[in-house]
Amino acid sequence: MGTNVSLEDKFQAFVDAENKVEPKDWMPEKYRKTLIRQISQHAHSEIIGMQPEANWITRAPSLRAKLILLAKVQDEAGHGLYLYSAAETLGEPREKMIADLQSGKAKYSSIFNYPTPSWADMGTIGWLVDGAAIQNQVMLTRTSYGPYARAMVKICKEESFHQRQGYEVVMKLAQGTPEQKAMAQESLNRWWWPSLMMFGPSDDNSPNSEQSMKWKIKRKSNDTLRQEFVDKTVPQAEYLGLSIPDPDLKWNEERGHYDFGEINWAEFYDVIKGNGPCNKERIAHHVKAHEEGAWVREAANAYAKKQAARKEGDASAA
Amino acid sequence: MSESNWKLWEVFLRSKNGLSHKHVGSLHAADADMAIKNARDVYTRRSEGISIWVVPSEEITASSPDEKDPLFTPSDDKVYRHPTFYDIPDDVEHM
Amino acid sequence: MAGGWLNGVKRDFTKEEALKEYFYFLADDSLVLGQQLSKWCSNGPVLEQDIAIINTALDHIGRARLLYQELARLEGGDATEDTLAYFRDHLQYRNALLVEQPNGHWGDSVVRSFFIDTFNFYLYDALRSCNNEALRGIAEKAIKEIAYQAQWSAEWVVRLGDGTEESHAKVQKSIDDLWMWSGELFEEHPIFEVLKDDLPAFSSFKDHWVKKVAEVLKMATLVMPSPELWMQTGGRYGIHSAQLGYILGEMQSLARTYPDATW
Ligand SMILES: [Fe+2]
Ligand SMILES: [Fe+2]
Ligand SMILES: [Fe+2]
Repeated sequence: MGTNVSLEDKFQAFVDAENKVEPKDWMPEKYRKTLIRQISQHAHSEIIGMQPEANWITRAPSLRAKLILLAKVQDEAGHGLYLYSAAETLGEPREKMIADLQSGKAKYSSIFNYPTPSWADMGTIGWLVDGAAIQNQVMLTRTSYGPYARAMVKICKEESFHQRQGYEVVMKLAQGTPEQKAMAQESLNRWWWPSLMMFGPSDDNSPNSEQSMKWKIKRKSNDTLRQEFVDKTVPQAEYLGLSIPDPDLKWNEERGHYDFGEINWAEFYDVIKGNGPCNKERIAHHVKAHEEGAWVREAANAYAKKQAARKEGDASAA
Repeated sequence: MSESNWKLWEVFLRSKNGLSHKHVGSLHAADADMAIKNARDVYTRRSEGISIWVVPSEEITASSPDEKDPLFTPSDDKVYRHPTFYDIPDDVEHM
Repeated sequence: MAGGWLNGVKRDFTKEEALKEYFYFLADDSLVLGQQLSKWCSNGPVLEQDIAIINTALDHIGRARLLYQELARLEGGDATEDTLAYFRDHLQYRNALLVEQPNGHWGDSVVRSFFIDTFNFYLYDALRSCNNEALRGIAEKAIKEIAYQAQWSAEWVVRLGDGTEESHAKVQKSIDDLWMWSGELFEEHPIFEVLKDDLPAFSSFKDHWVKKVAEVLKMATLVMPSPELWMQTGGRYGIHSAQLGYILGEMQSLARTYPDATW
């Protein structure tokens, strides 16, 4: 027990000195567990997040928009893959992470449990949802776990394109016909609050945050990140001539930040619990693709096995 | 490994001649051809003139971290956890 | 020729009209297939293959854009890549019937791709040295993607054919079901005669195609149906299967609801 304590202290000192932890290094079991939970949850968010956007690929109103959206959703698939890959370095196989996602044991970002009924949502999601994600992810490029930090560096390079893509879609709507402008505003009305919820519970209600900050997995608190996001996004909305659906929103000279209204935490917790409009649909979609693909994955394995056996046969015949 | 899970491969890229291959991550594939193709799809988004290596993760033997330092007591010998490449700075230029 | 399904279709073309038709064949094949492949996004059997098939969808849609841009130039007036894609009806689409066939399961989509990719490989390779400058440029760029796609779909045909008993049976059925749509790719058409000094007739690729498909299917332990079986026709004349209406209906819905909008 005594050595354990000193190992943990040493680990803390190691992390405090801004060293990166690598896969085979000793680490507290709870650090490993926390990382697996957080990285896999992040990976699941990228993967489930493909669905609301994939929903509009076939109906994108121009070929250019179709191409860009498709490329964007493909990037999200890539992000999911980088992150699963990072989590696997901790000894967690992807099949287990997928099973946990499908059984509901593992979570993903609640924002993707809302539907995308409007083309404008393709803009708003890129602008706000990717925007909120970037806020979080830039911080994570300096996270203490090496493979996670490296995955985040790759991801962040691509995310800035996503946010610009989204903003461009919204801008074209905001500068378009009256119907298009209404489309943009209506979409912003729906997504604003769920976007703020993406940063998670307020700091007083965020039990895991403190330890994560101490281990430098996380480097900024939920409320700090949320405030940064609001401060950065309000002028962007003003530029578009769209109004943010919050009567309490106003600049606070003294704080040097925007004040904003109270999040509907009841909605936040209920959507997490599974009561959002699309929770069931998202998981069912994932399960269906996975199950329908089983025979394909099996076939590829069977073929690989036969090929390997044939190669061996050739070698021993030679 | 159940019949429908594909094995894990480590991916190494040479982004241009003159640089050595560098570990960039992993992916799942049923065979080497597929792993190479996927590596191209995933990790290069098809930049030209790139050289890719893929290695089954299980084929990699990783050294144990330095036993003299108690912090680095190996917690696990499975290579699954992981082919590590210590302190490779992320060179954004040459990704 | 008269007195069948293709009764009444246009069969005489000026050189200018024929050239546009040739472009529509290529552009509509690319767009409709790209549109179909894009539906695999988030539905693939495994994440890595989701990414792979999206790549091929991106390539097809990208290629379609280049072809429509050139077509817009040929059509003149207010035509743009988007008016051509979004404001033509099924009667004006000239894609082969093969590409509008439903995605079905992974094996169906793989076989559909394998047939058209193999055809595209010989076609675009020949276009690199054709007498149309725009097409030469597009083909030069496309051939690398197409070689990759053809390789990808052929490898999958082999994996599924020589995989498990189940996959073998499934993909053999995909081959058998899709076979009747394959012959249209090489069909004679009046425009080829008009353009014969400048552009290759699609029929000139048939022997290569049959040889390559036979080779891959043999490796896959699959049986190749006879190329002499009855083949469906009509797409190159704007006579389509019922599938295309749904594909276009979905694709064009938003653009047509707001025809004055720019996006
Ligand atoms: Fe994300
Ligand atoms: Fe992402
Ligand atoms: Fe993104």
